[in-house]
Order: sequence, then C-alpha cells, then structure tokens
Amino acid sequence: MNADDADMICVIRVHLRLIMQTYFIEFSYLLASILFILGLKGLSHPETAKRGMHLAEFGMLMAIVGTLMHHEIVTYTWILIGLAIGSVVGLAMGVWVPMTAMPQRTALSHAFGAFAAALVGISEFFKHGGHLEPVMMGALGFEVILGALTTTGRLLAFAKLQGLVRGTPMTYKGQNIFNMTLLAVTVGIFIYLIVVPGSMPLFFTMVGLAFIFGLLLVMPIGSADMPVVMSLLNSYAGLASAATGFVLSNKVLIIAGTLDGFSGFILSILMCRAMNRSITNVLFGAFGSAATAGAAGELQGSMREVGLEDIATQLAYANKVIFVPGYGLATAQAQHAVRELADVLEKRGVTVKYGIHPVAGRMPGHMNVVLAEANVPYSALY
Amino acid sequence: MTHETLISALYVFALAAFLGYQVISRVPPLLHTPLMSATNAISGISLVGSIVTAGANYSTVSTILGVIAVACSTTNVVGGFVITDRMLKMFKRKEIAKKE
Repeated sequence: MNADDADMICVIRVHLRLIMQTYFIEFSYLLASILFILGLKGLSHPETAKRGMHLAEFGMLMAIVGTLMHHEIVTYTWILIGLAIGSVVGLAMGVWVPMTAMPQRTALSHAFGAFAAALVGISEFFKHGGHLEPVMMGALGFEVILGALTTTGRLLAFAKLQGLVRGTPMTYKGQNIFNMTLLAVTVGIFIYLIVVPGSMPLFFTMVGLAFIFGLLLVMPIGSADMPVVMSLLNSYAGLASAATGFVLSNKVLIIAGTLDGFSGFILSILMCRAMNRSITNVLFGAFGSAATAGAAGELQGSMREVGLEDIATQLAYANKVIFVPGYGLATAQAQHAVRELADVLEKRGVTVKYGIHPVAGRMPGHMNVVLAEANVPYSALY
Repeated sequence: MTHETLISALYVFALAAFLGYQVISRVPPLLHTPLMSATNAISGISLVGSIVTAGANYSTVSTILGVIAVACSTTNVVGGFVITDRMLKMFKRKEIAKKE
C-alpha cells in the first residue's frame, strides 16, 4: 500500500465517522421528538401522566446525549460546568418550592429557558459576523426578540406573583400608544436587518428593545389575569425555541418548540374563553380595575369566622356540597382545612365535590394541584 | 440554509403544530398546571443548541454566552421535570387518597 492509498483510506474513515455521527444524532433527535409527543399524550389522563413524563424525560436525555456527539464540539469542560450549575439550581428549585408557589416557579424557570434561546441567537449572530441570509436572519430575529421579551416578561410576572412588586396593574397615560410605538420600532429594525444584514449596533438595539418590551407587556396586567399571560408567554418561549430550530436546522428544536408554543396558545385561548374576554382585552385593556373592585367589595362585607365543627354541622343538612376554591385558599394554605371539612361531611353521608373555575389561582389548573396536595382525589375535582 | 432545508423545516413545523393542537386539546383542565410545567421543561430543548455553542469554540464571546445558556436551559429542564413529577405524584385515585 502506498502513501496515497493510506491517505485515501484515512479520508474515507473520517468521512464515514462523520456520517455515522450525523445518523446517530439525527436518530436520537427523532427518538426524542417521538417521546416528547407520547409524553404530552400521556397527560390526557392522570393515570398515564406519570409514565408519559418519564418518557419525555428519557427523550430529553437522548437529545442531550445525541448532541454531545456533535462534531463541532471540541471541549466538554464548559458544557459540563454549565450542565452541573443548571442541574443543581433546577433541582433546588424543583424540590423546595411549595405547591402554592407553583406559578412563580414556572415563571422563573421559563425566564431561564427563554434567556437561553435569546443567548443562542445572539451567539449565532456573532458566529456569522452578522452576515446572514434573509431567511436565516428572519428566524434568528424571531428567536432573539421572542426570547428576550419572554425573559423580562417572565421575570416581571415572577416578581408580581412573588409579591416583590405590586400585583396591581401599572398603567400610565398613553401606555398602549407607547408600547405599540416601541414594538413598531423593534419590528422596523428587524425588517431593516433582514434586508441589509450585518449591523451589530442595530442588532443589539433590537435585542435591548425586546427586553424592554417584555417588561412593558406585563406591567399593565394584574395578578388575577396572570394565568393568561403565563400561558401566552409559554407560547412565545416555545416559538423562540422553534425559531432556534430554524436557525440551526435542528428538527427536534422545531418540534419541541412548536408543541410548547401551541400548548401555550391553546391554554391562553381557553383561559380567555373561561373569563368571557378576548385576548386583546386581557393584554391591552389593563382590565385589572375589575379585580380591584372585587377585592374592595369583599373588604366591605363582614367576615365570619367559623370553626370546622360549626360549618360541618351546618353543611351536613345538605345532600351535596360543592366547594369553589379561589386563590385565597392557596395563599391561606387552607386546602388542608377544606379537605378535613370534606372528610367530616363525607362521614355524614354528604357528597362532596369541588367546582374549579379554569382561571382560579394564578396559572391554568393551579387550584387542582393545590387541592391534590391536600390528598383530595382527582375524581372529585371538576 | 438551502431552500430544501427551509421547506422541510416548514413541513416539520406545520405538522408539529397540527399534532400539538390535537394532543394538547385532549388534556383535561385538571392537568393544565402539570401540562404547563411539562411543556416548560420540554421547551428547555434549546439546551441542545446551547451545548453546541458552548463546546464548539467559535469565539470567547460565543463560549461564554453558550455556557450561560447551557446553565439556564438545564435549570429549565431539570426544574421543570422535577416539579412535574412532584405534582403528578399528588394526583391520586379515590381509594388510594383515602388510605393516607
């Protein structure tokens, strides 16, 4: 065998390895996509939900393992450091958060996810030195704009839900006009960048404006309307992931992002329908005045404190009792008291059910989780 | 990005959207919070993009942004799945719930 042949064999070997790698990665992504879909399908019933989630978790693991094989990766140190930090923080958040604080937790975690999408977009822009084809630039712009506005929007939602800032809507004169102008400027820069690519300063102005717009978007929204915003921002974050998929031509990103985007979208429409309001009304109406009026009305009425036994004796005359819990129940940690009351009533032969409004609580389905924590069987939740 | 890859990406997007609509609209309101936290965890799939950015050594800026992105999206993934599991563990059938 002469030197030329040896070279040839070497080239073929490298080439083969690359092909094998690509197939392995694509296969792991395909598997992950299927597992994600099966996982979400499992959520259609409480009995299959847990298994579904295990499938989705396995899918995520597959996607990560597949990605680690990527031929462009030269060093694993930084990846491992990032993974370790993220795992520790995520685990801490997951284990120690009480069920009533679920909305805040979801908001914060989502802010992280959206921020990651925005960062990937920015670094892709850097990598290409800003010179991108119009299609790529379009996808990348969507990615960073959606990612950035979701990040700050989520953080503000988190602060509002956690009580770090006032939960009441913050409004000022000409707010909608100002927001719209800002959005128009952002979109204008975005379109300019698609047509004339390559301007770093403009790109960063756009990202900055998107960050600010996220704050402005959530500012006028009261805590009671949070479920809608939560699911809408969920949708944006998903679409940001999908746009990342377009930029990197990565199918699993597109699929997972789209699934997330649509779930958020469907949920926000459901929430709005349950409140008999349109999405535009929730987002731009600064409708929180209605919520404050309700709270004021409560304060005027007289509060009667009743013991568990008293109320049980009174309610025991009924055949059926339906509890209609609201967010107050969660903040007061009253779900266990309600459960005890239900136990007493059931012993006396009363049928107890729970009527839960779709937007009760601070995120879709929040009250169901709070009651489930107090060992209320899900068959009694409506 | 060639036109073929763009078109196939659009196909994937459209089909995933359709599938998402079909699957998600079957989830009962009872499980909406777990659904949200599950999709939240799944959207952390941008981790895949972050990992390549962090490991590929394009430039220092890219690597730094990548590492932050990896940490952030891992937080999203791990936190999301842990919390979903915790929530789902609490949903019990009547007989099982009674025993406790």
